[in-house]
Amino acid sequence: MSTELNLTLQVWRQAAPDAPGSFVTYEAKNIPDDSSFLEMLDIVNEGLIDNDVEPIEFPHDCREGICGTCGVMINGRAHGQERATATCQLHMRKFSDGDTIAIEPWRAAAFPVIKDLIVDRSPMDKIIQAGGYITAPTGTGGDANDTLIPKEVAESAMDAAACIGCGACIAACPNSAGQLFTSAKLWHLNSLPQGQPERFTRTESMVDTMEQFFGACTNHGECAEACPKEISLDFIAYMNGDYIKAKIKNRSRSSQ
Amino acid sequence: MSLPTTTPRNSGDLPMRDKPRQLPFPLSIYQSAVGKKWVMAITGFILVGFVLAHMIGNLKLYLGLVEHNGALAYDTDLYAEALRELLVPIMPRLVVLWILRIGLLGALLLHIHSAYTLSRMSLASDFKYQGKRDFLAANFASRSMRVTGPIVALYLVFHLADLTLGFGIATGEFVRGDVYANVVYSLGRPVVAIGYIIANIAVAIHIYHGIWSAFQSLGINNPKYNYLRRLAAKAVAGIILVGNVSFPIAVLANIISL
Ligand code: FES
Repeated sequence: MSTELNLTLQVWRQAAPDAPGSFVTYEAKNIPDDSSFLEMLDIVNEGLIDNDVEPIEFPHDCREGICGTCGVMINGRAHGQERATATCQLHMRKFSDGDTIAIEPWRAAAFPVIKDLIVDRSPMDKIIQAGGYITAPTGTGGDANDTLIPKEVAESAMDAAACIGCGACIAACPNSAGQLFTSAKLWHLNSLPQGQPERFTRTESMVDTMEQFFGACTNHGECAEACPKEISLDFIAYMNGDYIKAKIKNRSRSSQ
Repeated sequence: MSLPTTTPRNSGDLPMRDKPRQLPFPLSIYQSAVGKKWVMAITGFILVGFVLAHMIGNLKLYLGLVEHNGALAYDTDLYAEALRELLVPIMPRLVVLWILRIGLLGALLLHIHSAYTLSRMSLASDFKYQGKRDFLAANFASRSMRVTGPIVALYLVFHLADLTLGFGIATGEFVRGDVYANVVYSLGRPVVAIGYIIANIAVAIHIYHGIWSAFQSLGINNPKYNYLRRLAAKAVAGIILVGNVSFPIAVLANIISL
């Protein structure tokens, strides 16, 4: 048995990157409490289309918490108030009838608004392009047991690889720093044997690219709280350690 | 990660700032924000070490008068003279003290410079939320670093004028080298004592976030022992706070008096 909610939404509407934006209030009526947050927006949009109002553009794709496309600020918290939950996994039963919900796009100087709740997250792609890969001959895959990896290392790499690249860490950070995302992507490769050959060049170039777009970390810890995949702050410490090692090692390499 | 879009977008591709031209090796560390945080952490540890030693040294105030070469002298004054005579006769008088002072000043300047440049970088990278923000992890200490930092720096200037150099807010009774008496006269003024208490609360708040943060910035990290980093920060900040705040209170309460 699902009950229905009546909510008031305050949604950031902005027609284009350079257009002025503002919060617009909408009534969301008869929302089934077993719908997801994105489904709630779908229902509101259907109502808007019926009334010849331009629907709210919001980011979404897989709707099952694995692609990292969704992500908005809900009442001042990235992905809403639930821990370890992406916006698409947030259910309306977590809200009460009569609630007012403010919805704002991710904010960072490097994340310009494209339209309404959608921002341009290309800077994160740039960081990946700078070193988020390994160079290996492709073709037939190796034998699964060729490279032995201790269980703990595999687990740790997997924890880092859980990052879906949604950008909540950057959105939640008062400095708009990209440390949690970058460090997760780094540790995912840097902790595994396959990532070792390029470990230090990767670390240096991904961090340097990150710093071209984002702010400087002051260790608030907001990012890890906002993360829908509970990426740990520990990865940031690993990255900081690796970066200094990279500076030293890459220097001795360049003098060879 | 790229988004479906109906409007042309290119501004997200443009870097906010260019990569700096690489300087030779140790300097290249300081060109990056992560490297600057590293410098900030190391200089921070040096400065915290100084503050802790300074507080412990000040505990000599509680010893008051002691016998020295058959005469009575304030233990604090003897301690101050011993600092000037560090490593004498291996080194001439004052030389070691000045080496330490210059080292501390260098650490302080690097600490301030890295804080200033990183703050500017972060402020330029941030875009404020138009609605209300709800913070979960950021605490008062971490969010006030850019306020407590300048307070500590200002306090340092006043403190040096008051009790080291003897000008500005120093008392009329200031006598170079009579450390104990200078402290009693200066902190005997209630307004100054309250100023010292407030400043030392700012010092402790700054140190609390600073210590935890420094471990993280240096990459000193082991998931098994990470809870110790918070604990160390609380312990050191707490000890420094209690020690330093006790001095003005003790002077006002006449526990430390001439
Ligand atoms: S829509 Fe894919 S993670 Fe939410």
